[in-house]
Amino acid sequence: MNLELQVQERENESTVFLQGEVDVYTASTLKESLLPLTEKQDEKVVVDLSEVDYIDSTGLGIFIGALKSTDKHGSSLKLVGLNDRVSRLFDITGLNEVMDIEEGKREEA
Amino acid sequence: MKQIESSLYQIYKEMLSNYLESKNEHTLYSAQQFSKEMIEQDMSPEDMISLHLSVFREIIQYVPDDVEDSFDVLLEVMVGYGLAHREHQSLRDRQRELESELNVAAQMQQSLLPSDPPSNENGVELGLISVPAGKMSGDYYHYMTDDHGRLGVAVADVIGKGVPAALCMSMIKYAIDSLPEQRLQPGPLLENVNRVVEQNIDNHMFITMVYGFYDPDVHQFHYAGAGHEPGFFYRAKTDTFEDLKTKGLVLGLSKKTSYNEYVAEVELNDMIVLLSDGVTECRYGNDFIERDQITALIRKYSHLTAQEIVENVYRDLERLQSFQLRDDFTLLILRRNM
Repeated sequence: MNLELQVQERENESTVFLQGEVDVYTASTLKESLLPLTEKQDEKVVVDLSEVDYIDSTGLGIFIGALKSTDKHGSSLKLVGLNDRVSRLFDITGLNEVMDIEEGKREEA
Repeated sequence: MKQIESSLYQIYKEMLSNYLESKNEHTLYSAQQFSKEMIEQDMSPEDMISLHLSVFREIIQYVPDDVEDSFDVLLEVMVGYGLAHREHQSLRDRQRELESELNVAAQMQQSLLPSDPPSNENGVELGLISVPAGKMSGDYYHYMTDDHGRLGVAVADVIGKGVPAALCMSMIKYAIDSLPEQRLQPGPLLENVNRVVEQNIDNHMFITMVYGFYDPDVHQFHYAGAGHEPGFFYRAKTDTFEDLKTKGLVLGLSKKTSYNEYVAEVELNDMIVLLSDGVTECRYGNDFIERDQITALIRKYSHLTAQEIVENVYRDLERLQSFQLRDDFTLLILRRNM
């Protein structure tokens, strides 16, 4: 399974659209795009997961690394559009308590 | 060496002249066998061609110049194959070395886990199975009876699998070992382990863990979890499974995390089931196994001993995934039997 990735950059805000699976095979692709965004001060990084069916623990690790990076660089991270399976993973791991997460399909702005 | 060469020469000569006379298939089969022998003896492709040419010259006495010269070209071409062959050879040796290193490491890792089989004392029975997807495991488990007869159990799961996960796993072991015994209350234990992990782990890694102990004096199970896949609590009286839910952040993310402690009253024949996500992430085809399929399997074997239950559940799930584990698999069952 592959991961398609698109980044939309605006002033101080970037949205990463993902499609596919974030797992041990695709995690490094996500890391390479996501991490640099979180390293910009005051940047609002939004990750749209509406088209992601599955995240494994390696994939989850990338979001944890990104979260740590936002703390360090004064940026922020928000996840939107999590499906039930993905949402459950953030729930079990307690990450929903420390991350900004918006569940369900994201409304078109 | 000279002797081997001359005997090879003889064998090859016999084979070739046989074939030229009779054209029979059997000789071609011997040629296949011969090539295996040559590879074994590290004979390069270009040497093989030289051998062929000298034997051929001797057999047919006169080789036309053109044919003779064409071998120069063939030899040059085969030099490239020869180099590739030698590289393959050296990679194969290197791979054998790595494999034996990995075997030693896997043995060392085994020594970090409890070596005595789980004992059945103080009115509880323990069953445990832990199988790595590769040679080394990112799952950690632990069981130990303390001086008060309380049985402590833990399952931890390091993100990913293989060697990096295995290296991290040892950290959990040392973190638990370094705690004084009175600190083995689940909440504080996880808080301590978290501090160690947080300081020593890569940014993108984390560990999930569940720890609990059974107190046979009051028949209670005290537990806490750090972002770990929920286990199950089986009530014998009603023959039902409940999720053993815990709230708590994964280990390694934040230094200041605290962990809630929960208590379950354990009645006769009740079971506590702890597992790693290798159990719940079992996949067959494109489907994931559902949690109620796991509880159905546990129920199916519940008339057996705890150890037999975990072994049978593993066997069934292994078969379901065509014997290809995608992740490390650990399943632990504790049952009150007195």
